[in-house]
Amino acid sequence: MTKNAKIVFILLASAVLIAAAPLFILRGAQFGGSDDAGSVMIEDIEGEYTPWFTPVLETALDGEVPGEVESLIFCIQTGIGAGVIAFFMGRFVERRKWQKATGMENADDRKGDK
Amino acid sequence: MTKRETILLKASIAFAILFAVAPTVNAMHIMEGYLPAGYCVAWGIICLPFLVAGFISLNKKINASRRNLTLIAMSGAFIFVISSLKIPSVTGSCSHMTGTGLGAILFGPAAVSVLGIIVLIFQALLLAHGGITTLGANTFSMAVMGPVMAFAVYKLCGKMNMNRKVSVFLAALSGDFFTYCVTSVQLALAYPSEVGGTAASAVKFLGVFAPTQIPLAVIEGILTVVIVIGLETYAVPELKNIGFLREKEVR
Repeated sequence: MTKNAKIVFILLASAVLIAAAPLFILRGAQFGGSDDAGSVMIEDIEGEYTPWFTPVLETALDGEVPGEVESLIFCIQTGIGAGVIAFFMGRFVERRKWQKATGMENADDRKGDK
Repeated sequence: MTKRETILLKASIAFAILFAVAPTVNAMHIMEGYLPAGYCVAWGIICLPFLVAGFISLNKKINASRRNLTLIAMSGAFIFVISSLKIPSVTGSCSHMTGTGLGAILFGPAAVSVLGIIVLIFQALLLAHGGITTLGANTFSMAVMGPVMAFAVYKLCGKMNMNRKVSVFLAALSGDFFTYCVTSVQLALAYPSEVGGTAASAVKFLGVFAPTQIPLAVIEGILTVVIVIGLETYAVPELKNIGFLREKEVR
């Protein structure tokens, strides 16, 4: 492994650890959203609070987006974002391989940009 | 329309479609209808110059070279992925990251404000997340102040000759965390505490957001470093193009 590969490996492992640790440490916690905590806090300060505007989509659907549908859209979001990054990274990686193979590494960069 | 403008338009439409499906249930965003109208308008107006500057800056970058589009797209996609990851935190609640650090480091804070507001608009419209009325305030915290902080920290670290990976880590971390600080202050301004006023209220809101967000800010820092390592390895010409890498630093 190169030095960078090692660093990336360690970084990703620690990111996973930080994300996963609370799940195991705080067993049985709700893990709700922190913005709910925010609105609770507003009611704490203001007393009863009624939002003066309802989200457009909730008005259109006459209710909240169903949880399963939400997770579907949620996965699509992650997938598309990851796809865009992976697509360009893949191109970059191949380009470098090709440049190395043809000894064009230090040639005009533009030639690698098709 | 020139060819480049067409490309720009296509890219923006593509982005719009991308961001149209951005559901983030738990967030730092101030919820729809939770901010008094006067504040909504005021924050919106404050954001305007940043957005205009951002639009001009993006336009200039794309006009300078079309290949800059790839990194802009990747920065946008990075916000897209990162802000979709809801992560459990030590407080027993979930939150998500912002992902704006990468774009701020690569393109400057102004450019990111445009990428950020697109995410926010569509989340507000289609996912009942954040809100149209609170758009200005949310844009100011996530798409303006967060990136400004990330950019400032990155520049400062550069001045201090810090290792680039460390600089990127610190920049992304502080950008993410600062977003929440700004949100807390925004909420506090609108909802000052009866005892102690705005300051006491800000501490209260920060008390809710900060402990949840700190581990997430660390993760955002880590992920941003990982993608920057990837780009530094494989996208040297692009990074040189936008001035992120100087000639002498290459290989």
